[in-house]
Amino acid sequence: MSTENIKFSREELARYDRHIIIPEFGLEAQKKLKAAKVLVIGSGGLGSPVLLYLAAAGVGTIGIVDFDVVDDSNLQRQVLFGVNEVGQLKAEAARDRLEALNPYIDIVVHNARLSSENALGIIRQYDVVADGTDNFPTRYLVNDACVLLDKPNIYASIFQFEGQVSVFNYKNEKGEVGPNYRDLYPTPPPPGLVPSCAEGGVLGVLPGIIGSLQALEVIKVITGVGELLNGRFYIFDALNFESRTFKIKRNPGNPLNGTNPTITQLIDYEQFCGLKNDAKTTVKEVTAQELYDLEVSGEPFQLIDVREPHEYDIVNIGAELIPLGTVSANADRIARDKKVIIHCKVGGRSAKAIQELQDKFGFDNLYNLKGGILSYIDEVQPELTRY
Amino acid sequence: MATVIIPTPLRKFTNNTARLNVKAGNVQDIVNDLSFNFPDLKKHLLDENGKIRSFVNVFVGDDDIRDLQNEHTSVKDDSVISIVPAIAGGNL
Repeated sequence: MSTENIKFSREELARYDRHIIIPEFGLEAQKKLKAAKVLVIGSGGLGSPVLLYLAAAGVGTIGIVDFDVVDDSNLQRQVLFGVNEVGQLKAEAARDRLEALNPYIDIVVHNARLSSENALGIIRQYDVVADGTDNFPTRYLVNDACVLLDKPNIYASIFQFEGQVSVFNYKNEKGEVGPNYRDLYPTPPPPGLVPSCAEGGVLGVLPGIIGSLQALEVIKVITGVGELLNGRFYIFDALNFESRTFKIKRNPGNPLNGTNPTITQLIDYEQFCGLKNDAKTTVKEVTAQELYDLEVSGEPFQLIDVREPHEYDIVNIGAELIPLGTVSANADRIARDKKVIIHCKVGGRSAKAIQELQDKFGFDNLYNLKGGILSYIDEVQPELTRY
Repeated sequence: MATVIIPTPLRKFTNNTARLNVKAGNVQDIVNDLSFNFPDLKKHLLDENGKIRSFVNVFVGDDDIRDLQNEHTSVKDDSVISIVPAIAGGNL
């Protein structure tokens, strides 16, 4: 990254004064920031602080990848957005906010879901990647694309009260490449074992803390100032206010860049994360509309809710409550002589419950409510509470 | 006794206890002890073959047991063992 042709206007010098007067940072580091191109993947909980701080700090080109729209339930943690942005595309709303914050930088919007088809083309245009995505398939996709393209990947992840940060695939001045996500976690959890934030929740301030640490490491990678989290793995426990930093190493068995690499191009990450296996396709589904039709038809059926009691208290559609962890123990409560519709919040846990009941007890009359209770609320009973 | 730090997502299986004291000679003893005392925790720690799941990392002090002797990594009374599962922070 050459800083030879980087110049600052008087306004920019005034704006960045508090950086420039730090002896270890100075004008040279500020020039590196202006010359840098950073791609921020996801403009949600983590992306919000990352984007705000990188824009404020004067990173010259910032790319934003997001396909989603701003929802009311985002505002508790996604501080880029306010009530006026609800319903807008996140990447575009983020761009408007950042341009208002710093008119001396370029914001590039990639209004798309990152995929194996587009990831290399997008990431190739940048020097540094900050991964603030919200699911395992995209985590592995971003990691693999960064390794294949030789880009440092600043990683951060959150769940409920727990945060993680590291710098992956960083090449030091000796040309040695550090560990990546597959060295730390060779394979993802099977679907259903770990609840998602949509189901398990996240304390709103946590992505603010962890995303700020992520922005810090992006700035350090660009400027070369300080000791990086390369080869180290930081975790933060917000409940006990404890943090620990572990050492991590390259794994010779890493399929991307171990001693015998087997992955030389991007793969199908949904399949890799078990979201497309054959077993999954054997779960039969009904749509919210079909459930409604069944209700009005008078045909007998049983409706079961596998969410947790506190979720049931927020909103329910009159189903029998049998939380996912207890379905096997309650198998005798589930009818075999009529259709049984099983639902959760968005459809993941109920699919898991059906799989378990079919495998262990041989049920063949179970149907998953596609999209869960949220779909039912949207399509059938919009007056009910969404959460 | 060695100290085991349970990550926040798994504390619901340990009666919300963050730190446990376990008498153990190596990591396998710790895993056995936790599985025995907290049966609901077991499926989150171990796969069907009783091996530590590949998305659950165990550190003794600052070091990943995969860089030491895996389950056979010895622990002392003053060892701190951290269990750190993969989290993705959002949708599955």
